[in-house]
Amino acid sequence: MAQAGRRRGPTGKPRYSIFALARNALSYHENWQAAWRSPEPKPSYEAIVVGGGGHGLATAYYLASVHGMRKIAVLEKGWIGGGNTGRNTTIIRSNYLWDESAAIYEHALKLWEGLSQELNFNLMFSQRGVITLAHSEHELKEMRRRVEAIRLNGIDTEVLSTSDVKKLVPIINTDPGIRWPVMGGFIQRRGGTARHDAVAWGYARAADDLGVDIIQNCEVTGFLKDAAGAVEGVETTRGTIRSRRVGCVAAGHSGVLAALAGFKLPIQARPLQALVSEPIKPVIDTVVMSNAVHMYVSQSDKGELVLGAGTDSYNSYAQRGSMNIIEHQLAAACELYPIVSRLRVLRTWGGIVDTCPDASPILSRTPVEGLYFNCGWGTGGFKATPGSGHVFADLLAHGKPNAIAAPFGLERFQGGYLIDEHGAAGVAH
Amino acid sequence: MLLIPCPWCGPRDDAEFAYGNQAHIARPADPGATTDAEWAEYLYFRDNPKGPFAERWMHAAGCRRWFNVVRDTNSHAILAVYKPGETRPAADRP
Repeated sequence: MAQAGRRRGPTGKPRYSIFALARNALSYHENWQAAWRSPEPKPSYEAIVVGGGGHGLATAYYLASVHGMRKIAVLEKGWIGGGNTGRNTTIIRSNYLWDESAAIYEHALKLWEGLSQELNFNLMFSQRGVITLAHSEHELKEMRRRVEAIRLNGIDTEVLSTSDVKKLVPIINTDPGIRWPVMGGFIQRRGGTARHDAVAWGYARAADDLGVDIIQNCEVTGFLKDAAGAVEGVETTRGTIRSRRVGCVAAGHSGVLAALAGFKLPIQARPLQALVSEPIKPVIDTVVMSNAVHMYVSQSDKGELVLGAGTDSYNSYAQRGSMNIIEHQLAAACELYPIVSRLRVLRTWGGIVDTCPDASPILSRTPVEGLYFNCGWGTGGFKATPGSGHVFADLLAHGKPNAIAAPFGLERFQGGYLIDEHGAAGVAH
Repeated sequence: MLLIPCPWCGPRDDAEFAYGNQAHIARPADPGATTDAEWAEYLYFRDNPKGPFAERWMHAAGCRRWFNVVRDTNSHAILAVYKPGETRPAADRP
């Protein structure tokens, strides 16, 4: 792993620090170096990463920092971090049921814990805790079982009573007479939030520093294959770029890329919506999720309440969903947090999530030699960004999955070894 | 929001409907004779196009009957609606 100390890559980018801030203040902040270059694509690379979101940029960064590759390109069809990286509700946690999931999400959480220092970029990573509510006897029992499973994997989590929840979240309505009463919950105190854009920008800057070419406005329109059917490059809107190692990290558009490469993925593209309220003074200093009513809430540093909803049921690439999903989410929000009823909605948006039948990701080789896919993160990929990139870089570098990635191969759908995380995914698919 | 024309009840808000995903998926006639790959294909692998997509909807809060829709997954335009048992209309544009 890259040294957290005085890293200075080939581009000689100065480190961000309080001294750099003071020095640049003297020139009215007009002389900051660009955080990353905008290079023209080279004819060929050692590795190409398709998709410049958090996961793709993290993949490129770890290919350079851990595996020592220097000729790497990240191809992004729009602007970096403009897809789901900039559209999620920034929640980070690792409280999943199965061992395989615990391994990958906890790997990610441990990387998050040192990431601002490693990247020399303030990700505003805040371990404010993540509470999941139980609204029925059954949910409470299922939750206790899940807490024990999570603890057996060495991940911090504890059950909360209704009064514990009320103490941590004073604005919550614990009246037992409401439609979905709060019967308790559980908390992962190491969970929390991070600034989503900063994750893309921090990885981009650090990767660029190690020589990675970040090429924006460059959409992949086809794959080049040699006589044996192995990948040897990509056709893009900015010309042909060759590489015998291509990793696709395109979230909602993974199915489109797979179709271009000539195979199918067990993935469906669905809209997932979120919204923010107008900014108010701090009222909630943790994250609260509810699976039963498909609603989760936290408060941004600007003061907006960030509310996530469930997915729309139908396939879509339109980055918008139906109003009834937002209505349902806001009805739940108003009953659970009555003060919300007096707030105005500032903006709503949607992202296209790549939902998988078992609500677990795919990190895998594919029927095309040299072509790898990292997708299927569905409704909860943000939390895994560093772990996903770290593990996928290892897969790209070695051509075979490591112990963390192995259970997430495409073969699992034929072998029946599904990793069913619908319960822990937090959002109904 | 989608305004879905139920072939029996007319155009209604999509909140009234349940989604049935890709249309025209036939269960293998002899499941015991399929390979693991074929069975996985039937269970989990669906088309996921960006563009016209033939899919099933059920009017859950209305007549509770299933029907097929060809819808553009990028623009949300509904291009065709047809009843179960009918073949997909050739034209993807209305």
